[in-house]
Amino acid sequence: MSSRIYNCIAGISAKIEENKDFLTELDREIGDADHGVNMARGFHAVTEKLPQDSDDIGAALKKTGMTLLSKVGGASGPLYGTAYMEAAKIAAGKNEITAEEFGEMLAAAIAGIQKRGKAVRGEKTMLDALMPAYDAYMAAIGEGKDMAAGLDAAVEAAKEGIEFTKTIRATKGRASYLGDRSIGHQDPGATSATLTLETIRDFIRS
Amino acid sequence: MKKLINEVDNIVDEMLDGMVAAYPQYVKRLEGLEVLVRAGGSDGKVALISGGGSGHEPAHGGFVGKGMLDAAVAGAVFTSPTPDQVYEAIMAANGGKGVLLVIKNYTGDVMNFEMAADMAAEEGIEVEKVVVADDVAVEDSTWTTGRRGIAGTIFVHKLAGACAEAGGSLADVKRIAEKVIANVRSMGMAVDACTVPAVGKPSFDLAEDEIEIGIGIHGEPGTHREKISSVNEISDKLLTKILAEGIYNEGDEVAVMVNGMGGTPLMELMVANKHIHEVLAEKGIKVYRTIAGNYMTSLDMEGFSITLLKLDDELKACLDAPADTPAFVQF
Repeated sequence: MSSRIYNCIAGISAKIEENKDFLTELDREIGDADHGVNMARGFHAVTEKLPQDSDDIGAALKKTGMTLLSKVGGASGPLYGTAYMEAAKIAAGKNEITAEEFGEMLAAAIAGIQKRGKAVRGEKTMLDALMPAYDAYMAAIGEGKDMAAGLDAAVEAAKEGIEFTKTIRATKGRASYLGDRSIGHQDPGATSATLTLETIRDFIRS
Repeated sequence: MKKLINEVDNIVDEMLDGMVAAYPQYVKRLEGLEVLVRAGGSDGKVALISGGGSGHEPAHGGFVGKGMLDAAVAGAVFTSPTPDQVYEAIMAANGGKGVLLVIKNYTGDVMNFEMAADMAAEEGIEVEKVVVADDVAVEDSTWTTGRRGIAGTIFVHKLAGACAEAGGSLADVKRIAEKVIANVRSMGMAVDACTVPAVGKPSFDLAEDEIEIGIGIHGEPGTHREKISSVNEISDKLLTKILAEGIYNEGDEVAVMVNGMGGTPLMELMVANKHIHEVLAEKGIKVYRTIAGNYMTSLDMEGFSITLLKLDDELKACLDAPADTPAFVQF
Protein backbone atom coordinates (compact mmCIF):
# COMPACT_ATOMS: atom_id res chain seq x y z
CA MET A 1 0.00 0.00 0.00
CA SER A 2 1.26 3.45 -0.76
CA SER A 3 2.08 5.85 2.06
CA ARG A 4 -0.01 8.87 3.04
CA ILE A 5 2.63 11.38 1.98
CA TYR A 6 2.95 9.65 -1.40
CA ASN A 7 -0.82 9.80 -1.86
CA CYS A 8 -0.89 13.46 -0.90
CA ILE A 9 1.83 14.43 -3.38
CA ALA A 10 0.28 12.20 -6.06
CA GLY A 11 -2.95 14.11 -5.38
CA ILE A 12 -1.20 17.43 -5.99
CA SER A 13 0.25 16.00 -9.18
CA ALA A 14 -3.21 14.88 -10.37
CA LYS A 15 -4.67 18.30 -9.53
CA ILE A 16 -1.96 20.06 -11.54
CA GLU A 17 -2.47 17.70 -14.47
CA GLU A 18 -6.22 18.28 -14.32
CA ASN A 19 -5.67 22.06 -14.41
CA LYS A 20 -2.77 22.00 -16.88
CA ASP A 21 -4.65 23.75 -19.68
CA PHE A 22 -6.28 26.22 -17.31
CA LEU A 23 -2.92 27.29 -15.83
CA THR A 24 -1.37 27.52 -19.27
CA GLU A 25 -4.28 29.64 -20.48
CA LEU A 26 -3.82 32.04 -17.55
CA ASP A 27 -0.13 32.25 -18.39
CA ARG A 28 -0.92 32.82 -22.03
CA GLU A 29 -2.76 36.01 -21.09
CA ILE A 30 0.07 37.65 -19.17
CA GLY A 31 3.12 35.44 -19.50
CA ASP A 32 4.53 32.92 -21.90
CA ALA A 33 1.87 30.24 -21.94
CA ASP A 34 3.78 27.42 -20.28
CA HIS A 35 2.96 27.34 -16.55
CA GLY A 36 0.59 24.38 -16.69
CA VAL A 37 2.74 22.46 -19.15
CA ASN A 38 5.90 22.93 -17.07
CA MET A 39 4.29 22.13 -13.72
CA ALA A 40 2.60 19.03 -15.13
CA ARG A 41 5.91 17.81 -16.59
CA GLY A 42 7.60 18.34 -13.21
CA PHE A 43 4.95 16.58 -11.16
CA HIS A 44 4.77 13.70 -13.62
CA ALA A 45 8.46 13.13 -12.93
CA VAL A 46 7.84 13.46 -9.18
CA THR A 47 5.26 10.68 -9.14
CA GLU A 48 7.66 8.48 -11.10
CA LYS A 49 10.60 9.08 -8.78
CA LEU A 50 8.91 9.16 -5.40
CA PRO A 51 9.03 5.85 -3.48
CA GLN A 52 5.42 4.77 -2.92
CA ASP A 53 5.91 2.94 0.37
CA SER A 54 8.10 5.33 2.37
CA ASP A 55 6.25 7.41 4.95
CA ASP A 56 9.21 9.71 5.67
CA ILE A 57 7.57 13.06 4.98
CA GLY A 58 10.79 15.07 4.99
CA ALA A 59 12.47 12.72 2.50
CA ALA A 60 9.42 12.75 0.22
CA LEU A 61 9.22 16.54 0.19
CA LYS A 62 12.96 16.84 -0.43
CA LYS A 63 12.74 14.45 -3.37
CA THR A 64 9.75 16.39 -4.68
CA GLY A 65 11.64 19.69 -4.47
CA MET A 66 14.77 18.34 -6.13
CA THR A 67 12.76 16.76 -8.93
CA LEU A 68 10.80 19.94 -9.58
CA LEU A 69 14.07 21.86 -9.62
CA SER A 70 15.51 19.61 -12.30
CA LYS A 71 12.37 19.10 -14.39
CA VAL A 72 10.24 22.24 -14.38
CA GLY A 73 12.65 24.96 -15.49
CA GLY A 74 11.61 28.59 -15.89
CA ALA A 75 10.95 30.52 -12.71
CA SER A 76 8.47 28.02 -11.29
CA GLY A 77 11.10 25.26 -11.05
CA PRO A 78 13.47 27.05 -8.68
CA LEU A 79 10.58 28.63 -6.74
CA TYR A 80 8.48 25.50 -6.14
CA GLY A 81 11.64 23.40 -5.82
CA THR A 82 12.93 25.70 -3.09
CA ALA A 83 9.53 25.77 -1.36
CA TYR A 84 9.32 21.97 -1.07
CA MET A 85 12.95 21.63 -0.02
CA GLU A 86 12.58 24.27 2.71
CA ALA A 87 9.39 22.62 4.00
CA ALA A 88 11.26 19.29 3.93
CA LYS A 89 13.81 20.61 6.44
CA ILE A 90 11.05 21.15 9.03
CA ALA A 91 9.60 17.70 8.32
CA ALA A 92 12.95 15.88 8.31
CA GLY A 93 12.62 12.37 9.73
CA LYS A 94 8.94 12.79 10.59
CA ASN A 95 6.12 10.37 9.71
CA GLU A 96 3.43 12.66 11.02
CA ILE A 97 2.93 16.40 11.08
CA THR A 98 1.15 18.40 13.75
CA ALA A 99 -0.93 21.48 12.95
CA GLU A 100 1.84 23.67 14.38
CA GLU A 101 4.51 21.92 12.33
CA PHE A 102 2.49 22.40 9.16
CA GLY A 103 2.45 26.13 9.93
CA GLU A 104 6.22 26.09 10.29
CA MET A 105 6.55 24.23 6.98
CA LEU A 106 4.38 26.78 5.22
CA ALA A 107 6.43 29.62 6.75
CA ALA A 108 9.68 27.97 5.64
CA ALA A 109 8.36 27.44 2.10
CA ILE A 110 7.27 31.08 1.85
CA ALA A 111 10.60 32.34 3.18
CA GLY A 112 12.38 30.20 0.59
CA ILE A 113 10.27 31.56 -2.25
CA GLN A 114 10.84 35.14 -1.08
CA LYS A 115 14.58 34.66 -0.92
CA ARG A 116 14.88 32.89 -4.28
CA GLY A 117 12.47 35.18 -6.12
CA LYS A 118 13.51 38.39 -4.34
CA ALA A 119 9.80 39.19 -4.14
CA VAL A 120 7.45 40.57 -1.52
CA ARG A 121 3.68 40.49 -1.12
CA GLY A 122 1.72 42.60 -3.61
CA GLU A 123 3.81 41.94 -6.72
CA LYS A 124 1.28 39.63 -8.38
CA THR A 125 3.03 36.36 -7.61
CA MET A 126 2.30 33.10 -5.77
CA LEU A 127 3.16 34.96 -2.57
CA ASP A 128 -0.13 36.85 -2.85
CA ALA A 129 -1.94 33.54 -2.34
CA LEU A 130 0.50 31.87 0.05
CA MET A 131 1.12 34.70 2.50
CA PRO A 132 -2.53 35.46 3.30
CA ALA A 133 -3.11 31.69 3.42
CA TYR A 134 -0.38 31.37 6.04
CA ASP A 135 -1.80 34.24 8.09
CA ALA A 136 -5.30 32.74 7.99
CA TYR A 137 -3.95 29.29 8.88
CA MET A 138 -2.03 30.58 11.90
CA ALA A 139 -5.00 32.63 13.09
CA ALA A 140 -7.25 29.55 12.93
CA ILE A 141 -4.71 27.37 14.72
CA GLY A 142 -4.28 30.13 17.32
CA GLU A 143 -8.00 29.87 18.02
CA GLY A 144 -7.51 26.20 18.76
CA LYS A 145 -8.82 24.85 15.45
CA ASP A 146 -7.36 21.69 13.94
CA MET A 147 -5.25 21.34 10.80
CA ALA A 148 -8.21 20.70 8.50
CA ALA A 149 -10.08 23.80 9.74
CA GLY A 150 -6.85 25.78 9.48
CA LEU A 151 -6.47 24.65 5.89
CA ASP A 152 -10.07 25.63 5.17
CA ALA A 153 -9.22 29.15 6.29
CA ALA A 154 -5.95 29.05 4.32
CA VAL A 155 -7.67 27.98 1.08
CA GLU A 156 -10.31 30.72 1.45
CA ALA A 157 -7.60 33.33 2.01
CA ALA A 158 -5.57 32.01 -0.94
CA LYS A 159 -8.63 32.28 -3.19
CA GLU A 160 -9.13 35.86 -2.05
CA GLY A 161 -5.44 36.33 -2.80
CA ILE A 162 -6.03 35.18 -6.38
CA GLU A 163 -8.84 37.75 -6.69
CA PHE A 164 -6.46 40.38 -5.32
CA THR A 165 -3.87 39.54 -8.01
CA LYS A 166 -6.44 40.56 -10.63
CA THR A 167 -6.48 44.08 -9.25
CA ILE A 168 -2.75 44.76 -9.24
CA ARG A 169 0.04 45.31 -11.71
CA ALA A 170 2.79 42.68 -11.90
CA THR A 171 6.23 43.86 -10.83
CA LYS A 172 7.94 40.45 -10.88
CA GLY A 173 8.25 37.80 -13.57
CA ARG A 174 7.38 38.02 -17.23
CA ALA A 175 3.98 39.59 -16.55
CA SER A 176 5.82 42.69 -15.32
CA TYR A 177 6.78 43.49 -18.94
CA LEU A 178 3.13 44.19 -19.63
CA GLY A 179 2.92 47.01 -17.11
CA ASP A 180 -0.70 48.07 -16.61
CA ARG A 181 -1.85 45.51 -19.17
CA SER A 182 -1.32 42.82 -16.52
CA ILE A 183 -4.16 44.30 -14.43
CA GLY A 184 -7.42 42.36 -14.71
CA HIS A 185 -5.70 38.99 -15.04
CA GLN A 186 -5.18 36.52 -12.22
CA ASP A 187 -1.68 35.31 -11.52
CA PRO A 188 -0.98 31.73 -12.69
CA GLY A 189 1.52 31.11 -9.87
CA ALA A 190 -0.95 32.25 -7.21
CA THR A 191 -3.45 29.91 -8.85
CA SER A 192 -1.21 26.83 -8.83
CA ALA A 193 -0.24 27.59 -5.21
CA THR A 194 -3.93 27.72 -4.25
CA LEU A 195 -4.63 24.44 -6.07
CA THR A 196 -1.81 22.90 -4.02
CA LEU A 197 -3.27 24.08 -0.72
CA GLU A 198 -6.72 22.94 -1.80
CA THR A 199 -5.43 19.45 -2.56
CA ILE A 200 -3.69 19.21 0.80
CA ARG A 201 -6.90 20.36 2.53
CA ASP A 202 -9.01 17.81 0.68
CA PHE A 203 -6.45 15.12 1.47
CA ILE A 204 -6.45 15.94 5.20
CA ARG A 205 -10.27 15.99 5.18
CA SER A 206 -10.58 12.64 3.39
CA MET B 1 -1.89 23.70 -35.18
CA LYS B 2 0.24 22.49 -38.07
CA LYS B 3 3.85 21.70 -37.14
CA LEU B 4 6.59 19.46 -38.47
CA ILE B 5 6.97 17.45 -35.29
CA ASN B 6 6.79 13.93 -33.95
CA GLU B 7 6.04 13.81 -30.23
CA VAL B 8 5.70 17.26 -28.68
CA ASP B 9 7.74 16.14 -25.68
CA ASN B 10 10.67 15.02 -27.84
CA ILE B 11 11.22 18.19 -29.86
CA VAL B 12 14.22 19.55 -27.98
CA ASP B 13 15.89 16.16 -27.74
CA GLU B 14 15.43 15.44 -31.44
CA MET B 15 16.53 18.96 -32.42
CA LEU B 16 19.79 18.64 -30.49
CA ASP B 17 20.57 15.28 -32.09
CA GLY B 18 19.76 16.82 -35.46
CA MET B 19 22.15 19.70 -34.75
CA VAL B 20 24.96 17.28 -33.93
CA ALA B 21 24.21 15.22 -37.05
CA ALA B 22 24.39 18.37 -39.19
CA TYR B 23 27.43 19.96 -37.57
CA PRO B 24 29.63 17.26 -36.01
CA GLN B 25 32.71 19.33 -36.85
CA TYR B 26 31.41 22.06 -34.51
CA VAL B 27 29.36 20.53 -31.72
CA LYS B 28 28.83 17.44 -29.65
CA ARG B 29 26.14 16.68 -27.13
CA LEU B 30 26.81 15.86 -23.49
CA GLU B 31 25.47 12.36 -22.93
CA GLY B 32 21.93 12.39 -21.56
CA LEU B 33 21.84 16.19 -21.26
CA GLU B 34 20.40 19.07 -23.25
CA VAL B 35 23.83 20.62 -23.63
CA LEU B 36 25.94 21.23 -26.74
CA VAL B 37 29.67 21.84 -26.32
CA ARG B 38 32.45 22.42 -28.83
CA ALA B 39 33.42 19.24 -30.62
CA GLY B 40 37.09 19.99 -29.99
CA GLY B 41 36.68 21.05 -26.37
CA SER B 42 37.70 24.33 -24.73
CA ASP B 43 41.01 23.61 -23.03
CA GLY B 44 43.21 26.54 -22.14
CA LYS B 45 40.68 29.29 -22.70
CA VAL B 46 37.95 31.05 -20.78
CA ALA B 47 34.69 29.24 -21.49
CA LEU B 48 31.65 31.25 -22.56
CA ILE B 49 28.32 29.57 -21.80
CA SER B 50 24.89 30.73 -22.82
CA GLY B 51 21.48 29.18 -23.10
CA GLY B 52 17.84 29.56 -22.36
CA GLY B 53 14.60 28.09 -23.48
CA SER B 54 14.46 26.41 -26.88
CA GLY B 55 12.58 27.96 -29.79
CA HIS B 56 15.15 30.71 -30.42
CA GLU B 57 17.17 28.76 -32.99
CA PRO B 58 19.83 29.19 -34.16
CA ALA B 59 20.34 30.53 -30.61
CA HIS B 60 21.95 29.20 -28.67
CA GLY B 61 23.53 25.99 -29.91
CA GLY B 62 24.12 27.47 -33.36
CA PHE B 63 26.69 29.83 -31.87
CA VAL B 64 28.86 27.16 -30.28
CA GLY B 65 32.21 27.21 -32.00
CA LYS B 66 35.43 29.11 -32.52
CA GLY B 67 35.17 32.78 -31.60
CA MET B 68 31.80 32.52 -29.88
CA LEU B 69 30.36 30.06 -27.33
CA ASP B 70 31.88 27.02 -25.67
CA ALA B 71 28.59 25.52 -24.54
CA ALA B 72 24.88 26.14 -24.95
CA VAL B 73 22.21 24.81 -22.62
CA ALA B 74 18.76 24.19 -24.07
CA GLY B 75 15.66 24.26 -21.90
CA ALA B 76 12.15 23.23 -22.92
CA VAL B 77 10.52 25.57 -25.44
CA PHE B 78 10.64 29.11 -24.00
CA THR B 79 11.54 27.74 -20.58
CA SER B 80 14.85 28.35 -18.86
CA PRO B 81 17.04 25.25 -18.52
CA THR B 82 17.33 23.79 -15.03
CA PRO B 83 20.32 24.31 -12.67
CA ASP B 84 21.59 20.74 -13.00
CA GLN B 85 21.87 21.09 -16.81
CA VAL B 86 23.68 24.43 -16.57
CA TYR B 87 25.97 22.97 -13.90
CA GLU B 88 26.95 20.07 -16.17
CA ALA B 89 27.64 22.54 -18.99
CA ILE B 90 29.94 24.53 -16.70
CA MET B 91 31.83 21.41 -15.59
CA ALA B 92 32.21 20.16 -19.18
CA ALA B 93 33.19 23.45 -20.80
CA ASN B 94 35.54 24.65 -18.10
CA GLY B 95 38.96 24.67 -19.71
CA GLY B 96 40.83 25.70 -16.59
CA LYS B 97 40.67 29.46 -17.06
CA GLY B 98 37.20 30.07 -15.69
CA VAL B 99 33.70 30.31 -17.05
CA LEU B 100 31.51 33.26 -18.01
CA LEU B 101 27.74 32.72 -18.05
CA VAL B 102 25.82 34.95 -20.45
CA ILE B 103 22.28 35.22 -19.04
CA LYS B 104 19.33 36.99 -20.57
CA ASN B 105 17.37 39.01 -18.05
CA TYR B 106 14.40 36.80 -17.29
CA THR B 107 13.40 35.79 -13.77
CA GLY B 108 13.72 32.07 -14.52
CA ASP B 109 16.98 32.27 -16.44
CA VAL B 110 18.65 34.38 -13.76
CA MET B 111 17.50 32.05 -10.94
CA ASN B 112 18.50 28.81 -12.68
CA PHE B 113 21.88 30.04 -13.92
CA GLU B 114 22.69 31.61 -10.53
CA MET B 115 21.90 28.34 -8.73
CA ALA B 116 24.16 26.49 -11.18
CA ALA B 117 26.94 29.06 -10.71
CA ASP B 118 26.72 28.59 -6.92
CA MET B 119 26.92 24.81 -7.32
CA ALA B 120 29.99 25.07 -9.59
CA ALA B 121 31.67 27.62 -7.34
CA GLU B 122 31.33 25.13 -4.48
CA GLU B 123 33.35 22.71 -6.63
CA GLY B 124 36.09 25.33 -6.93
CA ILE B 125 35.31 26.47 -10.49
CA GLU B 126 35.80 30.15 -11.18
CA VAL B 127 32.41 31.31 -12.52
CA GLU B 128 31.35 34.83 -13.42
CA LYS B 129 28.09 35.98 -14.96
CA VAL B 130 26.70 38.85 -16.98
CA VAL B 131 23.03 39.64 -17.52
CA VAL B 132 21.91 41.06 -20.88
CA ALA B 133 18.98 43.52 -20.72
CA ASP B 134 18.85 45.27 -24.09
CA ASP B 135 15.11 45.53 -24.77
CA VAL B 136 14.07 49.20 -24.68
CA ALA B 137 10.39 48.26 -25.00
CA VAL B 138 10.40 47.44 -21.31
CA GLU B 139 10.66 50.23 -18.78
CA ASP B 140 13.65 49.87 -16.55
CA SER B 141 12.94 50.73 -12.95
CA THR B 142 13.66 49.34 -9.53
CA TRP B 143 10.01 48.32 -9.34
CA THR B 144 10.10 45.89 -12.25
CA THR B 145 12.09 42.84 -13.21
CA GLY B 146 14.01 45.16 -15.53
CA ARG B 147 14.55 45.01 -19.22
CA ARG B 148 14.52 41.73 -21.11
CA GLY B 149 17.53 40.27 -22.83
CA ILE B 150 16.82 39.77 -26.53
CA ALA B 151 18.76 39.86 -29.83
CA GLY B 152 21.56 42.07 -28.45
CA THR B 153 22.74 38.89 -26.69
CA ILE B 154 24.20 37.71 -30.02
CA PHE B 155 26.62 40.65 -29.98
CA VAL B 156 27.66 39.68 -26.44
CA HIS B 157 28.39 36.13 -27.67
CA LYS B 158 30.35 37.44 -30.64
CA LEU B 159 32.49 40.11 -28.96
CA ALA B 160 33.12 38.43 -25.60
CA GLY B 161 33.71 35.21 -27.54
CA ALA B 162 36.39 36.92 -29.62
CA CYS B 163 38.10 38.15 -26.45
CA ALA B 164 38.07 34.65 -24.95
CA GLU B 165 39.36 33.11 -28.19
CA ALA B 166 42.25 35.60 -28.23
CA GLY B 167 43.36 34.37 -24.83
CA GLY B 168 41.68 37.00 -22.65
CA SER B 169 41.43 36.34 -18.93
CA LEU B 170 38.05 35.79 -17.27
CA ALA B 171 38.15 39.41 -16.08
CA ASP B 172 38.91 40.64 -19.64
CA VAL B 173 36.11 38.58 -21.17
CA LYS B 174 33.64 39.76 -18.55
CA ARG B 175 34.68 43.39 -19.07
CA ILE B 176 34.08 43.14 -22.84
CA ALA B 177 30.71 41.47 -22.24
CA GLU B 178 29.69 44.25 -19.87
CA LYS B 179 30.89 46.92 -22.29
CA VAL B 180 28.74 45.39 -25.02
CA ILE B 181 25.77 45.20 -22.65
CA ALA B 182 26.19 48.88 -21.75
CA ASN B 183 26.23 49.89 -25.43
CA VAL B 184 23.63 47.59 -26.99
CA ARG B 185 19.89 48.27 -27.27
CA SER B 186 17.11 46.47 -29.17
CA MET B 187 13.41 46.59 -29.84
CA GLY B 188 11.11 44.18 -31.63
CA MET B 189 7.63 43.85 -33.08
CA ALA B 190 5.36 41.12 -34.37
CA VAL B 191 3.11 40.93 -37.39
CA ASP B 192 1.79 37.65 -36.05
CA ALA B 193 2.23 35.60 -32.87
CA CYS B 194 4.05 32.30 -32.53
CA THR B 195 2.62 28.93 -31.50
CA VAL B 196 4.33 26.94 -28.75
CA PRO B 197 4.01 23.28 -29.83
CA ALA B 198 2.93 22.05 -26.39
CA VAL B 199 0.23 24.71 -26.22
CA GLY B 200 -1.09 24.35 -29.76
CA LYS B 201 -2.44 27.85 -30.31
CA PRO B 202 -0.95 31.30 -30.94
CA SER B 203 0.54 33.02 -27.88
CA PHE B 204 -1.63 36.06 -28.51
CA ASP B 205 -4.38 36.97 -30.93
CA LEU B 206 -4.01 39.78 -33.46
CA ALA B 207 -6.65 41.04 -35.85
CA GLU B 208 -5.89 40.83 -39.55
CA ASP B 209 -4.71 44.48 -39.67
CA GLU B 210 -3.03 44.65 -36.24
CA ILE B 211 0.60 44.41 -35.17
CA GLU B 212 2.13 44.07 -31.73
CA ILE B 213 4.90 46.52 -30.78
CA GLY B 214 7.51 45.84 -28.15
CA ILE B 215 7.32 42.05 -28.05
CA GLY B 216 9.82 39.84 -26.30
CA ILE B 217 11.19 36.58 -27.66
CA HIS B 218 8.83 34.18 -25.88
CA GLY B 219 5.54 35.00 -27.50
CA GLU B 220 4.67 37.26 -24.58
CA PRO B 221 2.50 40.15 -25.72
CA GLY B 222 4.23 43.47 -26.31
CA THR B 223 3.71 46.91 -24.85
CA HIS B 224 0.84 47.81 -27.15
CA ARG B 225 -0.83 46.95 -30.43
CA GLU B 226 -1.73 49.16 -33.35
CA LYS B 227 -2.84 49.12 -36.99
CA ILE B 228 -0.22 47.86 -39.40
CA SER B 229 1.74 50.48 -41.34
CA SER B 230 4.62 50.37 -43.83
CA VAL B 231 7.87 48.71 -42.79
CA ASN B 232 9.58 52.11 -43.00
CA GLU B 233 7.11 53.57 -40.51
CA ILE B 234 7.40 50.54 -38.22
CA SER B 235 11.20 50.69 -38.38
CA ASP B 236 11.06 54.41 -37.53
CA LYS B 237 9.05 53.65 -34.41
CA LEU B 238 11.49 51.01 -33.20
CA LEU B 239 14.52 53.16 -34.06
CA THR B 240 13.06 56.26 -32.40
CA LYS B 241 12.71 54.38 -29.13
CA ILE B 242 16.25 52.97 -29.39
CA LEU B 243 17.77 56.34 -30.31
CA ALA B 244 15.91 58.02 -27.42
CA GLU B 245 18.31 56.16 -25.13
CA GLY B 246 20.85 58.87 -26.00
CA ILE B 247 23.63 56.33 -26.55
CA TYR B 248 23.90 56.71 -30.33
CA ASN B 249 24.76 60.22 -31.46
CA GLU B 250 26.05 62.04 -34.50
CA GLY B 251 29.56 60.92 -35.33
CA ASP B 252 29.22 57.59 -33.54
CA GLU B 253 29.91 54.27 -35.21
CA VAL B 254 27.51 51.38 -34.69
CA ALA B 255 26.93 47.77 -35.58
CA VAL B 256 23.37 47.03 -36.71
CA MET B 257 21.48 43.79 -36.35
CA VAL B 258 18.20 43.29 -38.18
CA ASN B 259 16.93 40.10 -36.62
CA GLY B 260 14.09 37.99 -37.94
CA MET B 261 11.72 36.41 -35.42
CA GLY B 262 11.55 33.14 -37.35
CA GLY B 263 8.61 33.51 -39.72
CA THR B 264 9.60 36.63 -41.63
CA PRO B 265 11.13 36.39 -45.11
CA LEU B 266 14.69 37.72 -45.45
CA MET B 267 13.32 39.89 -48.26
CA GLU B 268 11.36 41.89 -45.71
CA LEU B 269 14.33 42.13 -43.34
CA MET B 270 16.42 43.60 -46.16
CA VAL B 271 13.72 46.15 -46.97
CA ALA B 272 13.76 47.19 -43.30
CA ASN B 273 17.55 47.28 -43.34
CA LYS B 274 17.64 49.64 -46.33
CA HIS B 275 15.53 52.15 -44.43
CA ILE B 276 17.42 51.72 -41.16
CA HIS B 277 20.67 52.60 -42.96
CA GLU B 278 19.07 55.67 -44.51
CA VAL B 279 17.75 56.91 -41.17
CA LEU B 280 21.09 56.38 -39.43
CA ALA B 281 22.92 58.16 -42.29
CA GLU B 282 20.57 61.13 -41.94
CA LYS B 283 21.44 61.32 -38.26
CA GLY B 284 25.15 61.15 -38.97
CA ILE B 285 25.55 57.75 -37.32
CA LYS B 286 27.98 55.58 -39.27
CA VAL B 287 27.17 51.90 -39.74
CA TYR B 288 30.41 49.94 -39.31
CA ARG B 289 28.96 46.47 -39.88
CA THR B 290 25.49 44.96 -40.36
CA ILE B 291 24.16 41.54 -39.52
CA ALA B 292 20.76 40.71 -41.00
CA GLY B 293 18.98 37.38 -40.69
CA ASN B 294 17.42 34.99 -38.21
CA TYR B 295 19.64 34.92 -35.10
CA MET B 296 17.40 35.12 -32.04
CA THR B 297 14.05 33.82 -33.14
CA SER B 298 10.73 33.15 -31.49
CA LEU B 299 9.58 29.92 -33.17
CA ASP B 300 7.33 30.82 -36.12
CA MET B 301 6.64 34.40 -35.04
CA GLU B 302 6.43 36.88 -37.89
CA GLY B 303 8.23 40.08 -37.07
CA PHE B 304 11.68 41.47 -36.46
CA SER B 305 13.84 43.39 -34.06
CA ILE B 306 16.41 46.11 -34.55
CA THR B 307 19.60 46.19 -32.47
CA LEU B 308 22.25 48.90 -32.34
CA LEU B 309 25.66 48.50 -30.72
CA LYS B 310 27.90 51.53 -30.27
CA LEU B 311 31.49 50.69 -31.12
CA ASP B 312 34.93 51.91 -30.13
CA ASP B 313 38.26 50.56 -31.39
CA GLU B 314 38.33 47.76 -28.84
CA LEU B 315 34.82 46.56 -29.66
CA LYS B 316 35.47 46.89 -33.40
CA ALA B 317 38.44 44.55 -33.09
CA CYS B 318 36.27 42.00 -31.27
CA LEU B 319 33.51 42.36 -33.87
CA ASP B 320 35.97 41.93 -36.74
CA ALA B 321 37.66 38.84 -35.29
CA PRO B 322 36.95 35.57 -37.10
CA ALA B 323 34.17 33.29 -35.92
CA ASP B 324 33.33 29.80 -37.09
CA THR B 325 30.08 28.34 -35.76
CA PRO B 326 27.09 26.59 -37.34
CA ALA B 327 25.05 29.81 -37.54
CA PHE B 328 27.67 32.52 -37.76
CA VAL B 329 30.79 32.33 -39.90
CA GLN B 330 33.12 35.25 -40.46
CA PHE B 331 36.64 35.18 -41.86
